[in-house]
Amino acid sequence: MSVVARLAAFLALVVALLVGVPKAIALTGRVDLYYTLTLTSLLSIASAGVWITFYIGRINIGQAAYALTGAYVSAILVSAYGVSFWLTVPIAGLVCAAASVLIGLPILRLRGVYFAMVTLVSTEVARLLALALPITEGAKGMVNLPLPGPLDIAGVTVIPDFAHLANLRLGFYLLSVVLMLVTFTILYRLVHSRVGSLFLSLQQNEELASSVGINIAYLRIIAYAVSSFFGGISGAIFAAISQSVYPSSFTVADSVNFMLNCFLGGLGYVVGPLVGTFVLRFGWDLLFQAEQYQLLIYSIVLIGLMLVLPNGLVSLVGIRRRKAAR
Amino acid sequence: MEQVIVNGLYLGAQYALIALGLTLIFALMNVLNFAHGQMYVLGGFVTYTVYGRWHLPFVVALIASSVTLAVLGALIEKFLFRTVIRRSAREESTMLLAAAIAFLFDAVILLVFGEKQRGVPKIVDGVLNTGAIIIPYDRVLVAGLAIVFIVAFMLFMQFSRPGRAMRALAQDRVAAQLMGVNVDRYSMVGFATGALLAGLVGGLLVAITGVNSGIGGPISIKAFMMVMIGGAGVVGGAIAGGFILGMLEAVGLSVLHAYGDITYLVIFASLMVFLSIRPNGLMGKPWG
Repeated sequence: MSVVARLAAFLALVVALLVGVPKAIALTGRVDLYYTLTLTSLLSIASAGVWITFYIGRINIGQAAYALTGAYVSAILVSAYGVSFWLTVPIAGLVCAAASVLIGLPILRLRGVYFAMVTLVSTEVARLLALALPITEGAKGMVNLPLPGPLDIAGVTVIPDFAHLANLRLGFYLLSVVLMLVTFTILYRLVHSRVGSLFLSLQQNEELASSVGINIAYLRIIAYAVSSFFGGISGAIFAAISQSVYPSSFTVADSVNFMLNCFLGGLGYVVGPLVGTFVLRFGWDLLFQAEQYQLLIYSIVLIGLMLVLPNGLVSLVGIRRRKAAR
Repeated sequence: MEQVIVNGLYLGAQYALIALGLTLIFALMNVLNFAHGQMYVLGGFVTYTVYGRWHLPFVVALIASSVTLAVLGALIEKFLFRTVIRRSAREESTMLLAAAIAFLFDAVILLVFGEKQRGVPKIVDGVLNTGAIIIPYDRVLVAGLAIVFIVAFMLFMQFSRPGRAMRALAQDRVAAQLMGVNVDRYSMVGFATGALLAGLVGGLLVAITGVNSGIGGPISIKAFMMVMIGGAGVVGGAIAGGFILGMLEAVGLSVLHAYGDITYLVIFASLMVFLSIRPNGLMGKPWG
């Protein structure tokens, strides 16, 4: 696709998500879809983070730890210190990024399953910390968080007070979708920049990359910090939407799901985590009708997809194009 | 204190047996078997059905658990893992497969056996009481059996023909193939043996703690930890990791009791510190 065609496709997606979907929902009256779409957008932001760590050749099963941290940072700042929610979102991201630098310095030296298992353990550490620390109020969780207030920049109200919104669901939907679009734009730019090619060199061969003078330790930390930043902001917004956060809000199962989203979408494609999250999430919701067989069908479909398309759903596009070129 | 050490040894013997299966599968296939805890649970439920419901001897139940899981393991390796490893561009894809299999096992176990906690009648009655330590006889028996199985497994790996083939495979897949080892067959045997061990220990433990469909995930995480402590893919490491984790848990529960429920937080945190100092565990090969 040419640059113009790509840009047109992206703009069409933006219009469809910001105008088309609300219109369609208003016409059909399926307001419950707002919540699903909001949640899916948030999860895809966190999955995008996991995807970056995959891009440098690390299996990250610890994103739930950062999502949980982000959620708690935002919740504590909003409820205990009265900080504006809009300020807490980037703060939550930055706190997570800082934490990931501290944790990443030692553990990013690990590779393969060792890194995977340590990140898995870090998910449990975050949950147990949330249970044990006094400030997070233990297993009770933090409830009745206030809705996001107005955001004023230079006297102009950019975002209205969410408490006075006529359609709160639409508000949260637009917020998450805009953030998702921004996240994936950043991701696309990052991967197609000079740093992106350096990341790719880490994925292929760290020793070789190091031997031609690439500072691999520094790049690994950058990638991991960006990844955790995404996890943190998605967690912070999740806390605002559900107006609560518990130690069990994000668990090992979520970490595994973030990883599955990336795998299923395709590790070689920027839109992989986006496609994977939407397919998995909507597939899971659709299977709700199957009642007790929900998990059974879901896992069989997952295994089937894995056997047929081991390189992800987006690889279908590549296969077709290769056939057309032949 | 003696009591704490005995508890630790008892836990360690079981944990080591769980970790052995996981590490074997990892060594042979480079697959992190997410479904290991679920295999354990399935083994527990098979023993529950055969011993608890049909009232057949406990030994028969253990054999039933082992055989069921071994067959399942072999089928999973042959039809799922082998296919994915061949077709996928990145070897991490096996992790997705393993996670999906874990989901599948969870779903099947929930559908077939329900969500209730299940226990079986005691296999032997009575309590060993020497004054300093108090331990029920059935725990002594289970720990003893676990140690017997560990020793049997090590002897099997060390001296039998399939054991030698599997060790060769773990060392160097290509070299083993060049020496005439049937790589496909022994991968399958290895996976089946790993699954068998999971089913065996599940069957053993149902006699003590019972089993329910939700414990698969936590068991997997514990097994991962033991393997990490000892070093992935090393038999000795898995055994060491199992006993170390069992000991840590027993000591932690008694020492940290006063500070609330933080034993696991401390264990997890110290594990992360330990791994950042010694990334390949106690005896693992670098970069597993």
